[in-house]
Amino acid sequence: MSRTPGRKQDSHKISRELFVLTYGALVAQLCKDYEKDEDVNSCLDKMGYGIGIRLIDDFLAHSDVKRCRSYSETADMIAQVAFKMYLGVTPTVSCSSAAGNEFSLILDKNPLVDFVEELPAERASLCYCNLLCGVIRGALEMVHLAAEVTFLQDRLKGDAVTEIGITFLRKAEDKKAKKK
Amino acid sequence: FTRGKSPLLERPLCRPRGEVSLSAFALLFCELVQYCQRRVYSVAELQAKLAQLGHQREPLVNTFISVPRENSTLNCAAFSAGLVEAVLGASGFPAKVTAHWHKGTTLMIKFEEGVIAREKSLEGR
Repeated sequence: MSRTPGRKQDSHKISRELFVLTYGALVAQLCKDYEKDEDVNSCLDKMGYGIGIRLIDDFLAHSDVKRCRSYSETADMIAQVAFKMYLGVTPTVSCSSAAGNEFSLILDKNPLVDFVEELPAERASLCYCNLLCGVIRGALEMVHLAAEVTFLQDRLKGDAVTEIGITFLRKAEDKKAKKK
Repeated sequence: FTRGKSPLLERPLCRPRGEVSLSAFALLFCELVQYCQRRVYSVAELQAKLAQLGHQREPLVNTFISVPRENSTLNCAAFSAGLVEAVLGASGFPAKVTAHWHKGTTLMIKFEEGVIAREKSLEGR
């Protein structure tokens, strides 16, 4: 059975505004439900994780990608294929450690904040897009890659750029082998 | 303190609209429904909460939700109902919008008295 080369076309798209506004409604609701920014951030991360563990199946089904052989390839895949597919943007990737397990994704354009100008004063520590961190973490976990994902810089907080840091952790199998 | 004009308001109205993948929205909406579900005690409350959130769209939203039998009265298009209600209200057509199970999903729009009266007076001219 022959396969057509190249990525399968996912023709199912919806208005970006609906998506962005739905996300905004979600964040607004969490801000109503939780007083502390840390709690909102944590909730967004957990929800993102719940999305990520299912998103990976959709990603693999709709993209014709081969297995990644390195952390670097994985980071590129996230930025150039996944972000493009789901959010229509392509962050730039750079490796930020000599060990080759830390990467940063710089988001020049971030659709989630289309309608957000700045954070209110009482929500100065809110990581508005923290859902993204959970999504990446959950998706990676489903392909047996443990990682820590956090926002290193955030334009909404006054930083120059919005930067997501991905640190690949040693695989669980390696840890078990070491213990033995 | 004083602030300059908001740059967000200065953006031109007709900038190109982008698109995002349907699955991104579907997964986000599922998580949203589950979040609301954990915090309410009845189906009616859940629908009301979704309507509230929408107040800030369509059986599109229902395509990806499977409703268990015990919650069969739940219609997640309540979210769309809230959305429609907000849009109508903001554009000068205040109404009450609710989602119902009728021929699939039906949104019932009940305009306020003032809107009907206004229509009638305009027709008279």
